[in-house]
Amino acid sequence: MSVLELANISKHFGAIHAVNDVSFTLEAGQVVGLMGDNGAGKSTLVKMIAGNFRPSHGTMHMDGKELILHKPAEARQHGIEIVHQDLALCNNLTAAANVYLGRELRRGVGPFRILDYAAMYKRAGQLFAELKSETRPRDLVKQMSGGQRQAVAIARTMLSQAKIVLMDEPTAAISVRQVAEVLNLIRHLRDQGIAVVLISHRMPDVFDVADRVIVMRRGRKVADKKIAASSPEEVTGLITGAIEQVA
Amino acid sequence: MAVTLDQTIAQKQHSFVSRVLSSQTFWVVIAVILACLFLSVATDAFATQKNLYNITRNITFVAIVALGMTFVIITGGIDLSVGSVLCLCSMVLAVTMHAGYSIEVGILATIITALAIGAFNGVLIAYLDFPPFVVTLGMLSVARSLAMVASNNTVVFQFGPDHDKLLALGGGAWVFGIANPVLYMILLALITGFILRWTKFGRHIFAIGGNEHAATLTGVPVRQIKVAVYMISALSAGLAGIIQTGWLGAVTTNIGTGMELQVIAATVIGGANLAGGVGTAFGAIVGAALIEVIRNSLGLLGINAFWQGTFIGGAILLAVLFDRIRNFRRSD
Repeated sequence: MSVLELANISKHFGAIHAVNDVSFTLEAGQVVGLMGDNGAGKSTLVKMIAGNFRPSHGTMHMDGKELILHKPAEARQHGIEIVHQDLALCNNLTAAANVYLGRELRRGVGPFRILDYAAMYKRAGQLFAELKSETRPRDLVKQMSGGQRQAVAIARTMLSQAKIVLMDEPTAAISVRQVAEVLNLIRHLRDQGIAVVLISHRMPDVFDVADRVIVMRRGRKVADKKIAASSPEEVTGLITGAIEQVA
Repeated sequence: MAVTLDQTIAQKQHSFVSRVLSSQTFWVVIAVILACLFLSVATDAFATQKNLYNITRNITFVAIVALGMTFVIITGGIDLSVGSVLCLCSMVLAVTMHAGYSIEVGILATIITALAIGAFNGVLIAYLDFPPFVVTLGMLSVARSLAMVASNNTVVFQFGPDHDKLLALGGGAWVFGIANPVLYMILLALITGFILRWTKFGRHIFAIGGNEHAATLTGVPVRQIKVAVYMISALSAGLAGIIQTGWLGAVTTNIGTGMELQVIAATVIGGANLAGGVGTAFGAIVGAALIEVIRNSLGLLGINAFWQGTFIGGAILLAVLFDRIRNFRRSD
């Protein structure tokens, strides 16, 4: 089932065509690897889905209805969550506080409402258990490993009923063991029926975890095919331009 | 025995005791207690009711302002204008009441003045991205100058029809012989502690100090909160000004001069981090207490008052040194 449909999306910054006439669909429970060289338009594309930019041309449809986003908060309301490359974590707060940052749970009556620590610790713990991550809700994020930090950022996307999770370079700059951990986190998201978009430069990660790969070059989509039908060599050729385009 | 994932997740890594032992505030409390014990034994004058009454009351003015400063410092900002704002607010109160208005009107005018100054600082910092250091340094100069303008640089010591009410407010001891300012300080500390620990606003203040960019990305209203913390800081200076005016019974244009340094010293000694993200209400009080005990003890021990700055500066460095040593150990 398609969750999101992009039709002829373009984004111009003055004379620069960052994204040019791109169309694709995202399916529930599917991981799409979004690849391309620096400046190919991956980030701009994802930022339009996340509500940071508005497309210059083209339309987005979600569950059959047109989707117009003015700011990231609206994307969130539609179930579109993003995991930023720098993870956007506060080191001085606990894991649970980070998961709930900006949407803290409170209890009480009317204007007299206090933070509900117990409920936030409990739910954060459940999310970490679902992600099979050894992350303790009460620990400060500054004491955590790269994999645990990813788990915190990903758990944040699972708080509401997310339909789409956009991940910007989640495996850059972490150790090999932690990469495996993060790829497992992505599989857990997929198994819950979430559509995952994985922006990555790392070929092995995409071929390990993605169902489909979309390749961008100079703002255009040059490939959109099943991982099983492609190969790292082909994708490399597409990224560099050695292969012009595939169906 | 195999440990399941759920057990690992549910585990608390740090016990209450280990957390207390690793906090800077705890060691400063110990230092204050040891200093008091030593002074009680070494001098006859320290543990007298009169001296303790004086010490607790002297702590309050710096402590109340330090409570407001704690909010600002947790966000990673600084407010250098508090001493001058205290002076301007005291002067607004004095001039209004001297002109024949009631104490209620005077206090209202003072609070509005404080909030307006805080909002001005906050808007420049949050919306126009001025560095807090520069904005509040400017306000340090402006506010004191306005106080001089308001009073024509005279001493005000007659407060109109409600003169006695004001003096009772600041100088009285309504409950169990505890000086009124001390009661206000305890009340404000409880409110501060509650806000920091139990409200969404408090949580967001810590988030801004920890990672402002992350706070913005997750939808925290960073700008509004920054304006609010500078308003709180100015408000605390205004309240301290009201109380101090009632206690002193007179306002001059040089009160609160250099106070910003004592206030910042108190918050830092109490465990707040100038880089942002860390700080407590209790720490601000304890920091103010340590400074006052040092000042008091030098007098009682007959040490030349010129040494005061050296001892207070030493206390600041020692407190931060403890913090550094703990961090070294942790990174090993």
